[in-house]
Amino acid sequence: MRYSLFSLLANAAGGHRRWPRAWMSPAPKPSYDVVIVGGGGHGLATAYWLAKNHGIRNVAVLERGPIGLGNTGRNTTVVRSNYLCDDSAHLYEHALKLWEGLSQELNFNTMFSQRGVVNLAFTRHELAGMERRAGAMRLNGIDCELLTLADLRRWIPNLNLSRDLRYPVLGGIVQPRGGNARHDAVAWGFARGASALGVDVIENCAVTGMRIEHGRITGVETSRGPIAAGRVGVVAAGHSSVVMDMAGVRLPIQSFPLQALVSEPVKPILHTVVMAGHVHVYLSQSDKGELVIGAARDSYLSYAQRGSFHLIEEQLRALIELFPVFSRLRMMRQWAGIVDCAPDASPIVGLTPVHNLYVNCGWGTGGFKATPGSGWVFAHTIANDAPHPLNRNFTLERFTTGALIDEAAAAGVAH
Amino acid sequence: MLLIPCPWCGARPDSEFSAGGEAHLERPDPDHASDGQWGEYLYFRRNVKGVQRERWLHSHGCRRWFNVVRDTVTHEITAAYPMGESMKETGPGA
Ligand SMILES: Cc1cc2nc3c(=O)[nH]c(=O)nc-3n(C[C@H](O)[C@H](O)[C@H](O)COP(=O)(O)OP(=O)(O)OC[C@H]3O[C@@H](n4cnc5c(N)ncnc54)[C@H](O)[C@@H]3O)c2cc1C
Ligand SMILES: [Zn+2]
Repeated sequence: MRYSLFSLLANAAGGHRRWPRAWMSPAPKPSYDVVIVGGGGHGLATAYWLAKNHGIRNVAVLERGPIGLGNTGRNTTVVRSNYLCDDSAHLYEHALKLWEGLSQELNFNTMFSQRGVVNLAFTRHELAGMERRAGAMRLNGIDCELLTLADLRRWIPNLNLSRDLRYPVLGGIVQPRGGNARHDAVAWGFARGASALGVDVIENCAVTGMRIEHGRITGVETSRGPIAAGRVGVVAAGHSSVVMDMAGVRLPIQSFPLQALVSEPVKPILHTVVMAGHVHVYLSQSDKGELVIGAARDSYLSYAQRGSFHLIEEQLRALIELFPVFSRLRMMRQWAGIVDCAPDASPIVGLTPVHNLYVNCGWGTGGFKATPGSGWVFAHTIANDAPHPLNRNFTLERFTTGALIDEAAAAGVAH
Repeated sequence: MLLIPCPWCGARPDSEFSAGGEAHLERPDPDHASDGQWGEYLYFRRNVKGVQRERWLHSHGCRRWFNVVRDTVTHEITAAYPMGESMKETGPGA
């Protein structure tokens, strides 16, 4: 069913009791042309574009839980394309362009709001780095402006620009087309869109093994029985190493907890996204009025979805120094997700040593923004058994050849 | 929060330490290693879900490195032992 003013009125008249399911959750069939492992935003987007762009519709997305409870539903929803290296700039900018039309494409409101993403600089070197990044972005045709202290005072009136701070703000940059989106809506919208195109979105179906014959994948073992597959794409975020291990493929990935917290809801007070990498805090205000606050990831490997307490202390200390106005806000909820970090802080999207097995991982602390674009290039890679020009250099082999995509802008606190 | 048993200082909160990642990685011979071996050594990790051996540095304490056996799901620490001690001589764990 297409959502429209008419469907809304018709269902309002029916007391909202007759809305059909947004996506089917069928039992698995014995065999598919393509099986996607992992029903996060990236996996669902991959299935959607496989059906939409490549006409491959005999596809299953296997998700071990309900969809959207992984990092898709745990992230702080910052969307931006302010990257330094050309390869990353093009990949993320392609995703940002898709975001700009995504609600129409999916007929589902992703609540994409281009409220601008501001990065603050606290040291001379950080400021020089940002100026360089702004220059690189503009050469790549991406919007970015430098912000002086006077600009910041006008743009974010509550920001503390006093010289007396432990780390006074020196300036910053803004990407006006960056912003936030509704994380759940992205998972639900892609699931609904894929389901409508004939994809089986199968929930509560964990992949437990891989069937490989003569170096070629032929199917997967699951908690709901074996499923044969022509091609398999693994998009399992924090569990990428665990799943690829089933195929005997090693990854240069480590999994760490990344946490976030939200405050009680308040009236509109912050109209843009503010990121302060040097002091490790970033925030935005959700449409519900809560401040959504993120920080650095934990430093040690973990699959437990909880973060260290001292990081919360540090992030709130930084928050209150930058925004004294928030000092009496109460925090409501805290949680963590397990993020898959690559040594160069860039994703791996491409082929593997096993034929017909493809991997899409390493998005680490910042893959939500890439969701539509990641699915786009991964679908192309699976359909053609060859990468799309945009992910050509995001290979697994780069960790052997040394051609890393060393993207400091993607690292640390900048999600 | 983890309470990490430093072999020299006893159990201290993890905010005093720096995590050093997977332990017992062997540096290949620089004169003979292939690109593949260097890549393995520098970048590829087991990323174990379960019991792993890992290195920690007591940066805000005695400033010494040591090894820990920790479950990456429950965070339970079952052993700590000095650098240089081989894997065989120590207790349980993968
Ligand atoms: C606190 C936090 C804040 C973040 N903030 C931002 C941000 O502001 N901006 C940004 O761009 N990014 C952000 N990120 C990163 C972003 O969330 C991730 O990079 C991105 O969501 C990962 O892709 P995904 O959506 O497909 O992952 P997920 O939603 O985690 O999907 C992976 C799925 O694979 C499934 N799976 C795993 N193993 C199996 C198996 N064996 N069988 C079947 N299914 C399996 C999992 O259950 C999971 O649903 C943040 C992450 C966290 C944790
Ligand atoms: Zn010590």
